[in-house]
Amino acid sequence: MPSLKDLRNRISSVKATRKITKAMQMVAAAKLRRAQEAAQAARPYAERMDAVLSNLASRTNKEGASPLLAGTGKDDVHLLVVMTAERGLCGGFNGNIAKLARADAQKLLAAGKTVKIMTVGRKGADNLRRDLNRNIVERTDFRGIKQLFYTHAESVADKLLSMFDNGDFDVATLYFSEFKSVIAQKPTALQIIPAKVAEGTGEEVKTAGGEAIYEYEPDEETILRYLLRRNIGTQIFRGLLENSASEQGARMSAMDSATRNAGDMINKLTVKYNRQRQANITKELIEIISGAEAL
Amino acid sequence: MADTFTFELVSPERILKSGEATEVIVPGTAGDFTVLPGHSPVLSTLRPGVMDVTLDGAKTRIYVKSGLIEVDPKRVTVLAQTAYDMAEMDASRIADELKTAQDERAAADESDDELIAHTEAAIDALTRLGGKMDR
Repeated sequence: MPSLKDLRNRISSVKATRKITKAMQMVAAAKLRRAQEAAQAARPYAERMDAVLSNLASRTNKEGASPLLAGTGKDDVHLLVVMTAERGLCGGFNGNIAKLARADAQKLLAAGKTVKIMTVGRKGADNLRRDLNRNIVERTDFRGIKQLFYTHAESVADKLLSMFDNGDFDVATLYFSEFKSVIAQKPTALQIIPAKVAEGTGEEVKTAGGEAIYEYEPDEETILRYLLRRNIGTQIFRGLLENSASEQGARMSAMDSATRNAGDMINKLTVKYNRQRQANITKELIEIISGAEAL
Repeated sequence: MADTFTFELVSPERILKSGEATEVIVPGTAGDFTVLPGHSPVLSTLRPGVMDVTLDGAKTRIYVKSGLIEVDPKRVTVLAQTAYDMAEMDASRIADELKTAQDERAAADESDDELIAHTEAAIDALTRLGGKMDR
């Protein structure tokens, strides 16, 4: 049976923990709002880009197209770009992304493919290092960066493209967590090289052809080539933004339940403390009374 | 209204400018061109340079560093990778940008014609802007 003093110390330490988790939850909530706004603000660019790209891709002939769209013709070497957070204490967020990437990596390895991993964010590297350390070819982290700008995504995209130009891989897939809502984040794999252009482009061509036939300056192929390269950066940027919103959402709900658990624990400990105190008082009374009776 | 069109300048981060415009002068890769309401649909890449927009009755000058313009009769969308409002640019900003462009030019692979043309256009446009600022 713990003494009263032990219980008192225990209660005050849990109270301190609750204060911290509560504060972290509120900070995450504020950051979440900002991250959501950023994700929303970035949407128009990505949407226009997608529209133009799928329009162009469906017009040009796939045979002679850039390898970024048509692929290299092989799928021997896979590059997994695993994007995670820089910090922990956000529930299963980092673990879920790493789990998805690991499952895919193992599937590919079992199928006899070569797997290369590029990690963006420290936590993913930490998690995958245990069993896939040999496969990690590149690590990037954005530690100490307060706000994500496109230039950050671009630096990752540049690395990716220069690797692709050197023929270091055939297929690239992004792993990040899609932000569904504050309580739901879905780890997602998105293939970016060769680019998956929106399906059902057949109809779009008709409407585009009916309403507006574009003039291209310079020619279609040049624009398409430019766009495909640009698109990598845009997709990575989108992934990073989704990720940062998801991270804050996950942290918020993780800290919310931590705060609640701390509250429950304090209640339980307080009940125990009171019972113990009462027991002590009763014991002392009995001692006094029986002492008096003996006289 | 028939004599305006919707103009949008979008960067990867956010919508920088949007509104009703009457005239846009664009530095296209294949040459500058002016877009007036009812322009035939064009899709063009941009070279670094200054874009003149008459937006909501006021003239705005915007420096764009590579991007794409999509022109419809009623709508113009500029997808710019980087764009600065000229009102916010000063001599030191221009000098910074110029330095970056020169570094990129120096680092460029000699066989990459597109990149060379791109960086040279940037140097050219920025040098001219810098000159104007000094006066």
